[in-house]
Amino acid sequence: MEPVKMKKDEVDLRVTIGSLELQNPVMTASGTFGYAREFEDFVDLRRLGAVVVKGISLAPRAGNPPPRIVETACGMLNAIGLENVGVDRFISDKMPYLSALGVPVIVNILGDSVDEYQQIAERLAGVQGVAAIEVNISCPNVKMGGVAFGTDPKMAAAVTTAVKQNCQVPVIVKLSPNVTDVTVVAKAVQEAGADAVSLINTLIGMAINLGSRRPRLANIIGGLSGPAIKPVALRMVYQVAQVVTIPIVGIGGITTAEDAMEFMLAGASAVQVGTANFVNPKASEDVVDGIAAYVREQQLDSVRDLIGALRVG
Amino acid sequence: MSQFQKKVELVRSEVIARDVVRLTFNAPEIATVALPGQFVMIQIGSGQDPLLRRPFSIHQTASSEGTLQILFKVVGRGTELLAHAKVGEQLSLLGPLGKGFVLGEPGKACLVGGGMGIAPMLFLASRFQQQSKKGVVPKVILGARNSEELLPLIGDFEALGLEVLAATDDGSLGHHGLVTDVLKSINLGPDFTVYSCGPRPMLAAIHHLCLKENIRCQVSVESLMACGMGACLGCAVPLKAGGYAHACSDGPVFEAGELLWSL
Repeated sequence: MEPVKMKKDEVDLRVTIGSLELQNPVMTASGTFGYAREFEDFVDLRRLGAVVVKGISLAPRAGNPPPRIVETACGMLNAIGLENVGVDRFISDKMPYLSALGVPVIVNILGDSVDEYQQIAERLAGVQGVAAIEVNISCPNVKMGGVAFGTDPKMAAAVTTAVKQNCQVPVIVKLSPNVTDVTVVAKAVQEAGADAVSLINTLIGMAINLGSRRPRLANIIGGLSGPAIKPVALRMVYQVAQVVTIPIVGIGGITTAEDAMEFMLAGASAVQVGTANFVNPKASEDVVDGIAAYVREQQLDSVRDLIGALRVG
Repeated sequence: MSQFQKKVELVRSEVIARDVVRLTFNAPEIATVALPGQFVMIQIGSGQDPLLRRPFSIHQTASSEGTLQILFKVVGRGTELLAHAKVGEQLSLLGPLGKGFVLGEPGKACLVGGGMGIAPMLFLASRFQQQSKKGVVPKVILGARNSEELLPLIGDFEALGLEVLAATDDGSLGHHGLVTDVLKSINLGPDFTVYSCGPRPMLAAIHHLCLKENIRCQVSVESLMACGMGACLGCAVPLKAGGYAHACSDGPVFEAGELLWSL
């Protein structure tokens, strides 16, 4: 596949995440963009920085019973239950389309044991078109009583090491915000060899129907996403940027180019557009356009000038 | 696939009955390719609250004029806001989405709509009517709470030259009771197909009746959904064989026998 070359009048939007070079900093967030094909009528997929696909487990998962989603103020809760086709069918059914797209494909993986993460990484190793792996550590560790890997620095590090040792592509660890201090986990996964961190995953929340006195999700609790969580996400990206040296991918309620660039100022080298894809399937491409317009208007040498350029004090 | 995200103009807004609204959009791209049983996702307001689009089955299209209609009842904040949209306003529509009804022979079709489930039935009826050889038209059974709600909608079916068997909860029009009573009374042969949309208990009753009578049955189901295009996986519909389908991309129309009804 030919890399997209910059035209004369184009601005420099290129960023790097470890050894991964992106034509621009805009990715799609896992679980909000399917396996990309769903969006082909609405988005010029080739214009994205990268596509991050729906989280993949070792075996297929059916997901949770409905209702799985509920709208909340400026956001939504979901308890999809990590429904996915499993790594083997992902490789055979989804990767051929994805690898022909001409943009880096980042595969989000999840498991309920360190061993499972390791096995998925092994299966993905060498699969054509896999540009990087994003590790979802917000899943419960079944062998450790269901505590999420991402809430314990040691478990997060163990997963990171297991994945890192079994693949050649950059490993991005997706951090959970449901912790007392996100910087502790960020540092732990950096020490364990992560090439980058992405944050934030959804915030655990809940919604109740007063009339029926029942939870609005069959799973009772779910993950909050959308514009409502952006201030929390920005704060966490900023905090993590103070303590790690690896690149950060900012996620959380990004709907516009302005949102995306705020994350870059806070320290993110790239961003992911998530829930906004549901409302505007072209949101990720719109964010690329908006960033390009800003960089041109501000006459920046590169979008990289924004990374960590927050003025404090 | 041909799906579009378009800003389209609201050209007509009608209050059909109390809290029941019909909106007509000038949406030629979507209207031209839409099929009965498919739906559109409409963005309500321009801000972030309400955040998500709302799904509406397509009530009617006029390909020659490029218009598309939806019919809905005000049930919450989203529909309340949409009911107050002004003629001339531009709204973002996404569609046509989902898999629609599989059309068989018009003379061997029975359409059953209940409440706002009548919405997609008009589109289906008109497509059947276009396909039918003279005089051979589908049977239509429509039910609602009362005559006030049902009467204006029946008129649209009659305008297509279709006879409507009515049922109302309060007996103010047609049969006093359920559409399933009417369906049972007309003794369809096993070579018929029932096409249905309405509240889940109604669909379940129709499914069970069809199962007993060995009649094929397609149902259009409703679900909460965020994206409408198979990405969020929020609109899970339990399957008889285990696991889930997704109302937005596998449906919203399903063979009734494929779904799990004992919930």
